[in-house]
Amino acid sequence: MAADKKVETTGVLGWIDQRFPLTSTYKAHLSEYYAPKNFNFWYFFGSLALLVLVIQIVTGIFLVMHYKPDAAKAFQSVEYIMRDVPWGWLVRYMHSTGASMFFVVVYMHMMRGLMYGSYRKPRELIWIFGVAIFLCLMAEAFFGYLLPWGQMSYWGAQVIVNLFSAIPVIGPDLAIWIRGDYVVSDATLNRFFSFHVIAIPLVLLGLVAAHLVALHEVGSNNPDGVEIKEKKDANGKPLDGIPFHPYYTVHDILGVGVFLMVFSAIVFFAPEMGGYFLEYNNFIPADPLKTPAHIAPVWYFTPFYSILRAITFPFLGLDAKFWGVVAMGGAVVILFFLPWLDKSPVKSIRYRPTLHKWIYAIFLVNFIVLGYLGVKPPSDIGQVVSQLGTLYYFLFFLAMPWWSKLGAFKPVPDRVVFQPH
Amino acid sequence: MSNNQPVDKERRVWMIACGAAGGVAAAATGTAFLTSMAPSERAKAAGAPVELDISGMQPGDMKTVEWRGKPVWVVRRDEQMLESLPSLNDQLADPNSERSPDALTPEYARNIHRSIKPEYLVAVGICSHLGCSPSARFAAGPQPSLPDDWKGGFFCPCHGSTFDLAGRVYAGKPAPDNLEVPPHKYLSDTKLLIGVDENQA
Repeated sequence: MAADKKVETTGVLGWIDQRFPLTSTYKAHLSEYYAPKNFNFWYFFGSLALLVLVIQIVTGIFLVMHYKPDAAKAFQSVEYIMRDVPWGWLVRYMHSTGASMFFVVVYMHMMRGLMYGSYRKPRELIWIFGVAIFLCLMAEAFFGYLLPWGQMSYWGAQVIVNLFSAIPVIGPDLAIWIRGDYVVSDATLNRFFSFHVIAIPLVLLGLVAAHLVALHEVGSNNPDGVEIKEKKDANGKPLDGIPFHPYYTVHDILGVGVFLMVFSAIVFFAPEMGGYFLEYNNFIPADPLKTPAHIAPVWYFTPFYSILRAITFPFLGLDAKFWGVVAMGGAVVILFFLPWLDKSPVKSIRYRPTLHKWIYAIFLVNFIVLGYLGVKPPSDIGQVVSQLGTLYYFLFFLAMPWWSKLGAFKPVPDRVVFQPH
Repeated sequence: MSNNQPVDKERRVWMIACGAAGGVAAAATGTAFLTSMAPSERAKAAGAPVELDISGMQPGDMKTVEWRGKPVWVVRRDEQMLESLPSLNDQLADPNSERSPDALTPEYARNIHRSIKPEYLVAVGICSHLGCSPSARFAAGPQPSLPDDWKGGFFCPCHGSTFDLAGRVYAGKPAPDNLEVPPHKYLSDTKLLIGVDENQA
């Protein structure tokens, strides 16, 4: 018989630790994971994203108990959940509100990364896993949106699947293969259900694990963009680091509390959010013969939708339709390259020149304007503005290797800046 | 086994062969799964032609029927509508239906009114951009989302593409092509069959 593995714990915990890395994992990721002590407001959104993920999975499991993925029954089964299933309305509104709040939280989380240079070396992989999570979330939201089988579900799916038909040569067959039929139909609903409840969530969970493992390998960035691991005490602990548990677990509970107040307020008082979280046209069952007079995607897709609509001219002998799709896809894919586009000598926006702050501010306003235009019906002035907005969006990234080196940078402190409360 | 020992070449060959054979098996199995997502035999079989009675249609009327899950429009155009068509040619992307004519415009519809009988337009009501169904905007003149010199036609609410009363797309819009004219034929003066034409009968 093999000798017992040496562990510090005793009793039941010791028995487990000899067979499974329980205590060492707990230490590595919680009680002895040192996070910078100067986290601010923007650092709540990572843990909140995890919370929303849990809400979506739990509410999703309960919705699947009553939902029927069948073109003839889907719309009715959602109404059944809303009216006849005890507390079904709550579970469903939590899930639909959770979808929108997921994007609120993730957009804030991404903006934090952008502001403090959290994607810079050695955190490129954290950022790449993060963008992949963002892509998965978009897929998850898109597949899920077909399931209620309302008018917006149907025509939204019709438009997005037809995006693929813009690809030269293979496009039309690819679109048929995705739908499993010549039009969006029962076959499409069934496979989207499969993707929404099992395929994408599995990938998503794997990516979230990879995102966290990569983060804990290199350690968190912070609002000053200085590496806390460069200044350690005699025991090898970062001088400006505090153990994630109990400090940040307790700190994050505050964020969770405030978030749940907002979340509950929406669920109980404004689950439709004026047609932005649940679109009114989706209360009409899908009708393949009639597109609603005004169709727009849910708010979180609208900046990218505006970019799609902005391309109205053919180029290199290919249709405007194809280039619209390329621009929309490119707007997401370009995020993957951010770690290598940014050549600024400092990470955090705190020590960047005023010029950079303006470029970032305009980028943010531009993104919101694109989002606003995406919910509006097409118009001539809207088209020009969205074309300019699209141009700025891409120039922000493509010209970053040059503009990120311009201007007078402020000196970066050796240690993090921290005022005790 | 230590890594310093010389590679056993014969074993290596067998290893590569096994790996390749396994890869072929995996690819073949994968193909079966990917192919299972293609339209089923039932989906392929659904697509029978539909018959439509047009006897009650007045000039300016429009009917919509479902064919292969898509809306097919039948519009009875009046004199004024037909007269507007030639004047629009220079604003259109493909006024003479020359782009992919085999897929979009059967031979008998390759004319200015894109139809067999000048009065009746038969077209699949799916925008060639991303597949929304445009809405009928037959009234001429200024109106929301449309140019002031609008002569009547169709407007796609999704991305703003516009089509004239023959389903021809205006230039400079996201939609690249005219609306598809499905194969169709007249069984009598008042009966229209959508889905087959003389060539396939």
